[in-house]
Amino acid sequence: MRDVSLDIQPGELVALLGPSGSGKTTLLRVIAGLNSPDRGRVLFDGENATNLPVQDRHVGMVFQNYALFKHMTVADNVGYGLRVRSRRTRPSRPAIKARVAELLQFVQLDGLGDRFPAQLSGGQRQRVALARALAIEPRVLLLDEPFGALDARVRKDLRRWLRDIHKQTGLTTVFVTHDQDEAMELADRVVVLNEGRIEQIGTPEELYDRPASPFVISFVGEAVALPVTIADGHVKFGGHELHIDTHGLRSGPARVFFRPADIAVAAEGDGDLEGRVESLRRTPAGVRATIAIDGYDQTLEIDSPLEHSASLGGRVPLSLAKARIFPADERDAYVDAGDGI
Amino acid sequence: MSEIAIAGGRRAKYRPVTEDSPLARYALIATAVLFLALFLLAPLAIVFFEAFSKGLDAFLSVFHDPDALAAIRLTLLVAALAVPANLVFGLAASWSIAKFSFPGKSVLITLIDLPFSVSPVVAGLVYVLVFGGQGLFGAWLAEHGVRIIFAVPGIVLATIFVTFPFVARELIPLMQEQGKVEEEAALTLGASGFRTFLTVTLPNIKWGLLYGVLLCNARAMGEFGAVSVVSGHIRGLTNTIPLQVEILYNEYNNVAAFALAVLLAGLALVTLGLKTFLEWRHADELSGRARRH
Repeated sequence: MRDVSLDIQPGELVALLGPSGSGKTTLLRVIAGLNSPDRGRVLFDGENATNLPVQDRHVGMVFQNYALFKHMTVADNVGYGLRVRSRRTRPSRPAIKARVAELLQFVQLDGLGDRFPAQLSGGQRQRVALARALAIEPRVLLLDEPFGALDARVRKDLRRWLRDIHKQTGLTTVFVTHDQDEAMELADRVVVLNEGRIEQIGTPEELYDRPASPFVISFVGEAVALPVTIADGHVKFGGHELHIDTHGLRSGPARVFFRPADIAVAAEGDGDLEGRVESLRRTPAGVRATIAIDGYDQTLEIDSPLEHSASLGGRVPLSLAKARIFPADERDAYVDAGDGI
Repeated sequence: MSEIAIAGGRRAKYRPVTEDSPLARYALIATAVLFLALFLLAPLAIVFFEAFSKGLDAFLSVFHDPDALAAIRLTLLVAALAVPANLVFGLAASWSIAKFSFPGKSVLITLIDLPFSVSPVVAGLVYVLVFGGQGLFGAWLAEHGVRIIFAVPGIVLATIFVTFPFVARELIPLMQEQGKVEEEAALTLGASGFRTFLTVTLPNIKWGLLYGVLLCNARAMGEFGAVSVVSGHIRGLTNTIPLQVEILYNEYNNVAAFALAVLLAGLALVTLGLKTFLEWRHADELSGRARRH
């Protein structure tokens, strides 16, 4: 991790999003106290928790493969955090039992308290893990790839369910995911991580509409990149000039990013670019065309409404509705290029 | 729907590709069984036969001999000291190897295996060289009236050395396979390190641990070479059962020698029985390595 600074508001639902090896799980473990940072601090409610041992942090952690205690029943798993308290703070046996029953009901597992983890389905195990984490009344709930080990249909259901849980408990929640759909659908704010540093922190809207770096624009949603050169405030791609605001950008090589939806077939003689239609594929919303751009060895995909659909093999002018431009080879330096032409 | 006929009704002649012809199968099985019978079962049977050759009374009379009784007591004492020592050591070693990463870890693993590769006689000699009268600390020990070699402490040390790897070797692969995520979960729930060990780690390894202890115990009771070097063969004082068996045998006291041997073999058979029961009952909880023993 390098120079990561992250401020999470009470009650917020935050996603740590990034490819594998980006440091998202490490960051989560640092918050939990399972890993200690070489330098830097972890604050809980403004109070320094960096040297607080994991036992005293009161974090509810849901591990990637749930890490349920195999040799204990579901009820014993859920009650573990209460049973291990020191005698002074430990609730009485009946109180623990009542709390466990309440939690099992909360995660819709009432009646399964006597089962062992091996007798449960993946989704049920995940809910046991969550109930176990909630039992200690944590200050923050941490989930490591909460839906990673589940099949697609269960994932969808659990997403909605987690959102509900968050609403009901009001707990500050941080979860790690590599699935951008999951992050965008669930989180109030998303932290995009890459190679141990934070690329951008923002609401899903901000990430879609104002991505801060080439990494964010290509990791969050689909994007096409075109290599261009900036000269005297003009953006050149091959022989064409792209009408993009270059305010604040130095002359030199750069890359233009845009989403398939932000490029459209233009009226004849009106486009920024020109290309040849290589293939057409029907999508629910319209047609997705693969277009080979003149002077560029890669194809790009665009979405266009049905009525505009060009003919296969034909040449089409294209116009950019929205694009972002970043200097080439400078992954950090970015300039808000505004919204296209 | 199309149907594909592969078996074609001749199912009786179908043979999996990995299965050899009946002749080869029976030949292999017969070889293994014959070998076992000749080299393992027959000697064991002879031990029992010789022990009871002069009748039950002659057999039992051995257990009235004070030297034999002293040997039995010493053997039990040595096992009672060596096994717990290696239990603690094995737990510590496998815990540190499986759950932490530190420089020299592979060296530690190799060192744990050392008693398996070194001859027990060499192990005994090492202790003589270190603690014996002419040894490194010999003079100092004699000055302070501490006897290690030709006394019980030396026998215990030599036995610990020889049975060093059993528990650790059993637990390392098991703990490595289980990882530390359950322990981490317990820690985040507020459990102390020791509490985590007792309530999470130990239940997960208990059968593997018991298995390792059984093997360790069997070896501790039966060890001959290393103990023979450090014991000094003082009758009634520093002879364990295996040493006493040798002495009796060399004195042509066959019935007594074989009677004690029966006791030793009996202990081994009980251990083997328990081990088989554990494997049958808890195969999934023992490590993959355990099943291949």
